[in-house]
Amino acid sequence: MFDPHAIRADFPILKRRVNDHPLIYFDNAATTQKPRQVIEAERDFYENHNANVHRAVHTLSQEATELHESSRERIAKFIGARESSEIIFVRGTTEAINLVAYSWGMRNLKAGDEVLLSLMEHHSNIVPWEIISKITGFNIRYANVNPDGTLDYKDFESKLTSKTKLACLSQVSNVSGAINDVKRLAKVAHEKGALMLVDGAQSVPHMPVDVYALDTDFLAFSGHKMLGPTGIGVLYGKKPLLQAMAPFQGGGEMIKDVSFIQEEERCGISLNEPPWKFEAGTPNIAGGIGLAEAVKYLERLGMNEVFRHEVELTAYAMKRLGELKKVTIFGPANAESKCGIIPFSVDGLSSHDVALFCDTFGIMLRSGFHCAQPLHQVFKLQSSARASFYVYNTKEEVDRFAEVLKEMEEF
Amino acid sequence: MARTEGTCGAEKDIIVIFKYEKKEEAIAHILKKAALKNSIAGIIYELTFDGRSFRVYTSGKAIFRSIKDKEELNSILATLLL
Repeated sequence: MFDPHAIRADFPILKRRVNDHPLIYFDNAATTQKPRQVIEAERDFYENHNANVHRAVHTLSQEATELHESSRERIAKFIGARESSEIIFVRGTTEAINLVAYSWGMRNLKAGDEVLLSLMEHHSNIVPWEIISKITGFNIRYANVNPDGTLDYKDFESKLTSKTKLACLSQVSNVSGAINDVKRLAKVAHEKGALMLVDGAQSVPHMPVDVYALDTDFLAFSGHKMLGPTGIGVLYGKKPLLQAMAPFQGGGEMIKDVSFIQEEERCGISLNEPPWKFEAGTPNIAGGIGLAEAVKYLERLGMNEVFRHEVELTAYAMKRLGELKKVTIFGPANAESKCGIIPFSVDGLSSHDVALFCDTFGIMLRSGFHCAQPLHQVFKLQSSARASFYVYNTKEEVDRFAEVLKEMEEF
Repeated sequence: MARTEGTCGAEKDIIVIFKYEKKEEAIAHILKKAALKNSIAGIIYELTFDGRSFRVYTSGKAIFRSIKDKEELNSILATLLL
């Protein structure tokens, strides 16, 4: 049985106090806390197995390589990838999207082509495309978002045309928590001859995600938002696409052969196979091992149960916050169509005041644009406060949060 | 003062974080010099000083609005904290 109270015992940080109050961590959309198992896995690697991977025949290197590659296999299975070679280790979602932009986009997008985004995208799924569109000359189109923060599917589908070469969409909005039907849109994109990139930063940690069922061409996500370490993330890509793509960075690991050609005074190079073709230099080995341990932890909880817990907690929090006179909640009204995220405002106070007030009571919230400024323009907001939940959050914490906000209403 | 941080959002507020061990002293100085407009149970103080409105939190943070630049902020803080 899924029991957040029992789960909390695995998270050392949740025992601490902040400003003389028990810590209530509601900033999970930014990053999540780490269970003892993940911390221990990284410590064990450095204490017992640390060596570089794929580079040496000695025992430690073999152990490190085995741990590194078995981590990749576990992560591949977690998202339903057919082969571990479809899993590229990167620093996080941002780097994963940049990898696609520079390795695929720079060579495949030209003047007259279009890339379709939505107005609910995180800046990491906007800025790389805006940057390279200035270089290669393709156009970017933005699908509208409805006033409740849900995607305007009709608009998205109408903007998918024969000119569209790539559609990029977050599966879950990091501001409103709205869940997008990326399977439906991947199908339409493919019918138009476009590829589909899914930003899974807010979905992979919170709900079952199967790349094969979604039929997405690329999926990007971050380890630190799913109980794993910072500095490690994943780009999933369909194998034929990865095989055809140019490398992202050059260096060791991504190369098979570098041979000096005396007559031409240059080096001939032959590239490694995916995934290593995209992993120049020494990878974040401990990070990958930590992420695999986080995946193991989530698998033990069950992703259906994780999602159910968050829907239940979100519904409860929306009910409690809905009882407050000065609090306005943004985003979808139905907790089941969102994923553990509640953006809100308090009349007469800036989001930063809300976050600072809650901080005084040990409650960690996010305030600002949450790296999604265009969506705040849709909501006509200067900024918003955001509470976001995860496996270790409880109804008791939501009750305390509502009490603190009630106190704030007196201001 | 430990550091200042520009906020993310259209408001462009600046958050001032006082050194943890000096936060009570800093807040006491500020409360002496600025005019109190409102407060909640000694947790937030809404204050004005030199025509500028700002809020101080007992957790050792303050939020300043409509500040032109860091130089202006430093000048206000110097007067408030000394």
